[in-house]
Amino acid sequence: MSSTTAHRAATGSRKIEQAGQQKSALAWLTLPAVIFFVVFALAPLVGVLVLSFANWDGIGAIGAAGLENWSSVLTDPGLYNALGLTFLIMIVSWLVQTPISLLLGVFTAGTQRYRAALAVLYFLPLLLSSAAVAIAYKALLDPNFGLAMGLGLPFLAQDWLGVPQLALGLVIFVIAWQFVPFHTLIYQGGVRQIPKSLYEAAQIDGAGILKQFFHITLPQLKYTIITSSTLMVVGSLTYFDLIFVLTGGGPGNSTRILALDMYLRGFRANLMGPASVIAVILVVVGLVLALFLQRLGGKDKQGSQLEGL
Amino acid sequence: MKQFQSSRRSFLALAAVTPFAVMATSACGTSGPGSASGGGASMWFLSGEPNQTTIQKAVDAFGSSNPDNKIAVTYFQNDAYKTKIKTAIGAGQAPTIVYGWGGGTLKTYAEANQVEDLTSWFEANPDLKNKFFPASFGAATVNGKIYALPNQYVAPVVLFYNKELFEKAGVQPPKTWDDVMSLVKTFNDMGVAPFSLGGQSRWTSMMWLEYLLDRIGGAEVFKAIFEGKPNAWMDPAVIETGTKIQELVSADGFIKGFSSITADSKADQALLFTGKAAMLLQGSWTYGPMKKEGQNFVQNGKLGFVTFPTVPGGKGDPKNGVGNPAQYMSISAKATDKEKETAKKFFKDGIMTETVIDAYINSGSVPIVNGIEDKLATSPDKDFLNFVYDLAKNAPNFQQSWDQALSPTAAEALLNNIDQLFLKSITPQQFAQNMNATLGK
Repeated sequence: MSSTTAHRAATGSRKIEQAGQQKSALAWLTLPAVIFFVVFALAPLVGVLVLSFANWDGIGAIGAAGLENWSSVLTDPGLYNALGLTFLIMIVSWLVQTPISLLLGVFTAGTQRYRAALAVLYFLPLLLSSAAVAIAYKALLDPNFGLAMGLGLPFLAQDWLGVPQLALGLVIFVIAWQFVPFHTLIYQGGVRQIPKSLYEAAQIDGAGILKQFFHITLPQLKYTIITSSTLMVVGSLTYFDLIFVLTGGGPGNSTRILALDMYLRGFRANLMGPASVIAVILVVVGLVLALFLQRLGGKDKQGSQLEGL
Repeated sequence: MKQFQSSRRSFLALAAVTPFAVMATSACGTSGPGSASGGGASMWFLSGEPNQTTIQKAVDAFGSSNPDNKIAVTYFQNDAYKTKIKTAIGAGQAPTIVYGWGGGTLKTYAEANQVEDLTSWFEANPDLKNKFFPASFGAATVNGKIYALPNQYVAPVVLFYNKELFEKAGVQPPKTWDDVMSLVKTFNDMGVAPFSLGGQSRWTSMMWLEYLLDRIGGAEVFKAIFEGKPNAWMDPAVIETGTKIQELVSADGFIKGFSSITADSKADQALLFTGKAAMLLQGSWTYGPMKKEGQNFVQNGKLGFVTFPTVPGGKGDPKNGVGNPAQYMSISAKATDKEKETAKKFFKDGIMTETVIDAYINSGSVPIVNGIEDKLATSPDKDFLNFVYDLAKNAPNFQQSWDQALSPTAAEALLNNIDQLFLKSITPQQFAQNMNATLGK
């Protein structure tokens, strides 16, 4: 009895030692990743934080500014306009994109051949770069030379990008047009993961298609929804290229979201300090949102997704 | 316990190694896109015809007669270039030859010691200095020193109009602001937009303010702003200018959708020569592209041009002009001595050659070179060229474009506020106040 215990203890400690050595070897293997993370993620982050307390026009010498940048940005109504727009685009984008991609995902997860052909069509926008999408939409929407006049439909020739409210709505529409395919793809994968047996059992119990959708598909897609929403919400903080090319933040400041505001302050107005303040705010907002969404999905991480199996 | 220690040790080792890794990675960044190979110089220039071909030919000709001093040119769109060059200079990756518009931006470069002081070089080459219009050196000079070579052409802002539409309406081009407002009504009744405007580019809208402020308050008002005098933007002339602009917008003076039209795509010019708009306030540099792309609109004599109308009771001299006195090229202080030599050689022998001067005249521009009257007189575009030449030469005051004259910080605020003024999302009073806050920045 005692000898076995001793033996077990000995093997145990040896095992622990081995595991320790293995782990230390593993730690060394992470070296390249750690270097990359420090060089390309942490160092710029620290740099931005330092710049946010500095006075720099992007060209000449860097001087200390104390809290001047922070107080000037935090008292600037432009910041709150940009923050509000960022959240507005984020929320409306989520509300528009989630139901569409969810339904399209469920639909394209079917097996008929025509669905595969349709799926390919749905995914086309995903293949285009944002700049190309923006340039194409800009040309199509031109009130004088655009699609509406080409087709002889003058009532469609609105000043789409020249009226603040229309421009904002259009930005949300184009973002949805571009990103719905991506989220459809995620939902399609999620739906295909749901075991067929669940539906078979429900059918035997006499549940209709709607009941199956609300009581099997939707609950089983919980984590897919959270994944897709995280990507949507955090991604909407970085919308830049599309809006930059489409409206340039205009007309006025009506589509000047946080990321664009940062760019315009830094590189157009040569105000690197205030731009860095915005960058820091952007990082904080992104972190808070990511943590919040993590919480939302992480509560019952241990529970099985495949209930009843 | 041991496990913890070993991982802590490896972490500390990582921490010790990392700075070297950072140094190693950042060390490879010395030769950027700006530097050219083989002793030659690099230059960034604006894309778009006809100037792109002209400069490319000049560079090619210079390269074939100076095989050891070749120049590599990269072309960018106007709006994109303005951002790109600033970033490149800030990052120490500027091309050897820095193209620009002088004024406030050149001042930032000069004060940060990013561009070469060319004063003594010009003194050593008096022929070159005497070759150009004296007025073109103003925007190249910072604190009494010359930091750039003026080149290309003088480009005042001109009021273009479509003669065909004016004949159809039986009206004359505007001489006063009241004419402008009555023409707006005439053309709107005809179903034609009175003025074309590429408002998304914003500097296009700015031209309206430049001329209106000059006509209403005279050249002194902007001079005070430029010099950063206290409350210079609060001058009543600024508020009257803003009011007039908003009246024009309210009367549907500008084409529908003007705030989503860009000037880089030349859509504002296309609106004029396709007859969708009757008038266009734009730089004289749009004459060449309109001639090239306007389907014989210019060749058939349908393009009219006049100076900006007067404003009743205004203090400004109606002969005053605004626009670009010239374009400018500086030499990056970060370039090697060999690259700088190449650039200076190009400035002297390659840039404003007879061929280039002829090319500019042929494309409908007035080069900033003295003694070209005979050449202008024999050009097929002599009406327009003489008009521009006289405007530039006889103007008691030729105001450089505001976004170039002011510092980049003030210029960006200006463009943003002008955009909002045209959208009527701020009042003229607010415009003046917002701009007043940028004085001295």
